[in-house]
Amino acid sequence: MLQELTFGFPILSLILFLPLLGAILLALLEEEDLIKNAVLGISLLELVLTVIVLLRFVPDSAAMQFSERLAWIPPLGISYHLGLDGISVLFVGLTAFLTVLVVLYSWDTVRHQIKLYFVALLALETTMMGIFAALDLILFFVFWELMLIPSYFLIKLWGGGAERQYAALKYVLYTLLGSVFMLVGIVLLDLNYHDWAVVHHIEPAYSFDFLQLLTIPISAEKQVLIFWLIFMGLAFKAPMFPFHTWLPDALLEGPIGMAVFLAGIKLGTYGFIRFSLPLLPDASKSSGVASTMMTLALLAIIYGAIVALVQPDFRRLLAFSSISHLGFVVAGLFALNFQGLQGSLLTMINLGFSTAGLFFLAGFLYQRRHSTQLAAFGGLAKKVPLLATYLLIVGLASIGLPGTNGFVGEFLILLGAFQAHWLYGAVAVTGVVFGAAYFLWYYERAMLGPLAQSAGQAIADLSPRELIIAVSLSVMIFWIGLYPSPFLKMMNGSVQALVERLDRGAVAERSLGVRGEALGAAQSPSRSSAPHEG
Amino acid sequence: MSDLIVILIPIFPLVAVLLNGLLGGRYSHDVAHRLAWGSVGLSFLCAIGVFAETLNSGVAREVVAYKWIFGGDLTVNLAFLIDPLTCIMLLVVTGVGFLIHLYSVGYMHGEEGFTRFFTYMNLFMVSMLLLVMGNNYLVLFIGWEGVGLCSYLLIGYYYDKVSAAKAASKAFVVNRIGDAGFLLAIFLVFQNFKTLDYQQVFAQAGQLSTEMATAITLCLLIGAVGKSAQLPLYTWLPDAMEGPTPVSALIHAATMVTAGVYMIVRNHVLYDMAPMAMTTVAYVGGVTALFAATIGLVQTDIKRVLAYSTVSQLGYMFLACGIGAYTAAVFHLMTHAFFKALLFLSAGSVIHALHGEQDIMKMGGLKSKIPWTHGLFLVGTLAIAGIFPLAGFWSKDEILAHAFLHGHFVLYGMAAVGAFLTAFYMFRLTYLTFYGRSRVDHHTAEHIHESPPIMLGPLVVLATLSVIGGFPGVPPEDGWFHHFLHKVTAQVGGEVSGHDAGSGLVVTLMLAATAIALAGWGLAHYLYSLRTETAAAWAERSPDVYRTLLNKYYVDELYDALFVEPTKRLGLVWDWFDRHVIDRLVVGVGDLTHSSAAASTWLEKYVIYGGLNAIGYANHLLARSWRKIQSGQVHHYAAIIVAGLFILVHLVLAWWTGSGGILR
Repeated sequence: MLQELTFGFPILSLILFLPLLGAILLALLEEEDLIKNAVLGISLLELVLTVIVLLRFVPDSAAMQFSERLAWIPPLGISYHLGLDGISVLFVGLTAFLTVLVVLYSWDTVRHQIKLYFVALLALETTMMGIFAALDLILFFVFWELMLIPSYFLIKLWGGGAERQYAALKYVLYTLLGSVFMLVGIVLLDLNYHDWAVVHHIEPAYSFDFLQLLTIPISAEKQVLIFWLIFMGLAFKAPMFPFHTWLPDALLEGPIGMAVFLAGIKLGTYGFIRFSLPLLPDASKSSGVASTMMTLALLAIIYGAIVALVQPDFRRLLAFSSISHLGFVVAGLFALNFQGLQGSLLTMINLGFSTAGLFFLAGFLYQRRHSTQLAAFGGLAKKVPLLATYLLIVGLASIGLPGTNGFVGEFLILLGAFQAHWLYGAVAVTGVVFGAAYFLWYYERAMLGPLAQSAGQAIADLSPRELIIAVSLSVMIFWIGLYPSPFLKMMNGSVQALVERLDRGAVAERSLGVRGEALGAAQSPSRSSAPHEG
Repeated sequence: MSDLIVILIPIFPLVAVLLNGLLGGRYSHDVAHRLAWGSVGLSFLCAIGVFAETLNSGVAREVVAYKWIFGGDLTVNLAFLIDPLTCIMLLVVTGVGFLIHLYSVGYMHGEEGFTRFFTYMNLFMVSMLLLVMGNNYLVLFIGWEGVGLCSYLLIGYYYDKVSAAKAASKAFVVNRIGDAGFLLAIFLVFQNFKTLDYQQVFAQAGQLSTEMATAITLCLLIGAVGKSAQLPLYTWLPDAMEGPTPVSALIHAATMVTAGVYMIVRNHVLYDMAPMAMTTVAYVGGVTALFAATIGLVQTDIKRVLAYSTVSQLGYMFLACGIGAYTAAVFHLMTHAFFKALLFLSAGSVIHALHGEQDIMKMGGLKSKIPWTHGLFLVGTLAIAGIFPLAGFWSKDEILAHAFLHGHFVLYGMAAVGAFLTAFYMFRLTYLTFYGRSRVDHHTAEHIHESPPIMLGPLVVLATLSVIGGFPGVPPEDGWFHHFLHKVTAQVGGEVSGHDAGSGLVVTLMLAATAIALAGWGLAHYLYSLRTETAAAWAERSPDVYRTLLNKYYVDELYDALFVEPTKRLGLVWDWFDRHVIDRLVVGVGDLTHSSAAASTWLEKYVIYGGLNAIGYANHLLARSWRKIQSGQVHHYAAIIVAGLFILVHLVLAWWTGSGGILR
């Protein structure tokens, strides 16, 4: 976890700022087609870069790879520190993948202020990449907050609902509310470091560096306090039950492109596995925290699924299904064992294909019926068989059918939760039944049965562009479902390191030799790390 | 080389799925159906090869395709186990599957979605083959849910029919209840053995406590009960008859629904260690056998009668498992696959002849019009009723005899009464369909025609199997079939079945079974051939009993009232709660501010920015940019939120100072 590998070329910085540069470039363009093609080109280039990263990533390793570090505000110990390990690397790929699909989706569905829309989209991509690549807590926090700006405008200006203003503001306020707590937590981590650094005469006496913070002891009581502060930020963002009420509004009122990211990129739970668990291992495994988190997770699984059951609007249904799925993810995280963590991590990635995929399909439906309300559907499978087929494929992935990606993740989570306590597994497994119920019941009413009167007019099946989206998602769904090996290999090293970290805890001063070595590695990566080779 | 043959078995239909699924629209139906049945035929040939090899070598072997899920202490391969039990299942699944595919070419001719039908059927074959071939619980589970999916797709084949769409969802969801139980069993297995491979699990089974073995096997039973439509999760199967008839024959009679029986036999090492679970399995089977048979007595839809009959026959297999007669369970599974597929497909032939009519009250007198179908259906009826020496006689008798000889007299009684009822309702069905006065409406009657050879051919093969399919199991408990399966099904305790009870008793039991079957036939003959008015009179005399049976004991209604409706209502209540309580909590804070706007402005001006400065400039900048985009009352919310936080931060820092002494 502490080892760092560098790459001959600052590829992460390029990935980070390519979309932003692209956004600036867009500002210079006027013609509509040119803008669209430019955006597509940029997002594809970004995807290629992330694929290079994935291919050159050393699997079965816990090291931070492609590491880059520049001083930013040295007196405060704030640095521009980037790096990817098995926990974050797949998210970078997923973000780039979804951005390409969103660009394709938006091609002819966004009809006004096109330039501004794509500028916001690319800016959003940069901030998300920053969240996943940042290894400095302040840098992370800056991206975390900056993300709100493009998100806000995307929801407010291109949302389809009448209440989009309200939804955008609600989203921003809720996230902001949580992140203030998180910032306090981050500052407390820094103060703890400071305390230690002063005693050991280390300059500078401040640090927000993730890898450095990992090396110092922190008392269990402080850990618990900081855990709950950071929890507030992550729980609102995730969103976890009962902090979730912004999500249905944002997903329903906002544009599909934004909904794809909100539902598909699991920033909140990523924060837990990236920062909370490794930095605060003793808090995470303390019975109070673990059982509270598990309780919230199980509540979310059942609550989300049962509320989803009665939703007449597909997007609202997906919002609650997201809440239920997040419950699974959190349950896996706080099972605190290998299978649980591995399953949670994989499920976070999976949801980027399945839940986000369902939002694309909801978008396809919306384009045809100008609504995602059940009343607008009924028997559509006869009219749009391809759309119905892909809706079924992605939907089955989201309810964890074996053979699809959803199963691998969900199974591992349930197995992990069961090993933590059989009761956790037994309660969580009911989500499997409710999941099938809400999806299939909706599918039955929307797609099957006789063609509804209201759906009488001619509607076209998937266009080539839509087909590309649906097929790419399906390929990923079956790939991870049937042959998850490359993905598991990439994450396993870091998951193993995290499990060991959780076992060891962070209360005690670690033996000097190890700490010195680790600190050296963390402070001067270029000297002590092995040159990276693919 | 031989490993390749094993892997090819599921690959052939998989290739057909991909071709027909992706390109099916580009070529004619003829190409599509040839791919479909051809691939299953090839699988059947490979299965024969694998069977011959196992017969020669007599050892179980494993074939690993690739590493599927791994990490930490878990490794799951996509791998296959080839042993006698798998071989029998492979032959039944691919053999009967092949015949039903052929039959479907004729039956589905001219249907819209012809290629789609065969794609789903082949996908079913792939899943079912994974189910019976897997060497570990998770590969079994892929197949297990895969067949459930195909069942869903095929029940809902006529998806524009509301009843079909509903039946499909119901089948999937009810099955998922069972699957949840199955998953729990898998977790328990992993927790105890740190592996999911059968052979490793069974090798270490001895270390398991009785309680743990009971827990695992009961969870497995929940899964089996769902898939094999036993009480209390049987309700989906009768509704599943909404699918095309070949689907009912393949999935809902011959193969998929027997997966639960296969799974219990596969896990018998664990069941043997859990007497309580065994008793539960036996009684679930016994009660279901009897219960479903009573419903079958009065149903008038030809396929529904057969559906309840399937539930009932599966009950026999469970009963057999529960009393440790695993070989008998597999034996009955096999013969049942023959004669029930025959019955369903002949029923399909009847329906085909009558242009979709399924109500036996609108049939009658068909014997002369479709003689082939009549003859074939009659063979099936004789076989299922247990008439000597057809297949059903041997397998059913073995279960009855085993129950009696091992002192399970209550179960024997249930099974015997069930056998009587089976004979009765099957002959009732035969009489009402083929004999007596024709009740076919005039228009349909003109067009009655015998089915084409492509449909009758497979039926003749199945009929032959229904006649001779019992002979591998003769003499009882000592036939070829028993010796072949012995390695797999031998009980842990080494207990050999008790035919030392004396051949006299065995023969007496056979005679008793025959008498029971003949009695059922006789009663049906009396009521539906000799005195056709009597049955109606009986129904009239006890209308409550009749109506209860006709309405299937109102179990569907009961489940709706107990589970489905309350869940929906709970969803509505929670939805309201979500909108009006949880959502209001934060907005409520804002409302509070609204009434004290002046105070909040003051707070904003003096406290918040002061506070933010204290916290850090990053957030400060953000707050300012945020201020620009705010509108209306929102900044009041924001103000109070930030003010509250500022206080909170102070409190936290104060606490920290007190305990940590960092702030100086």
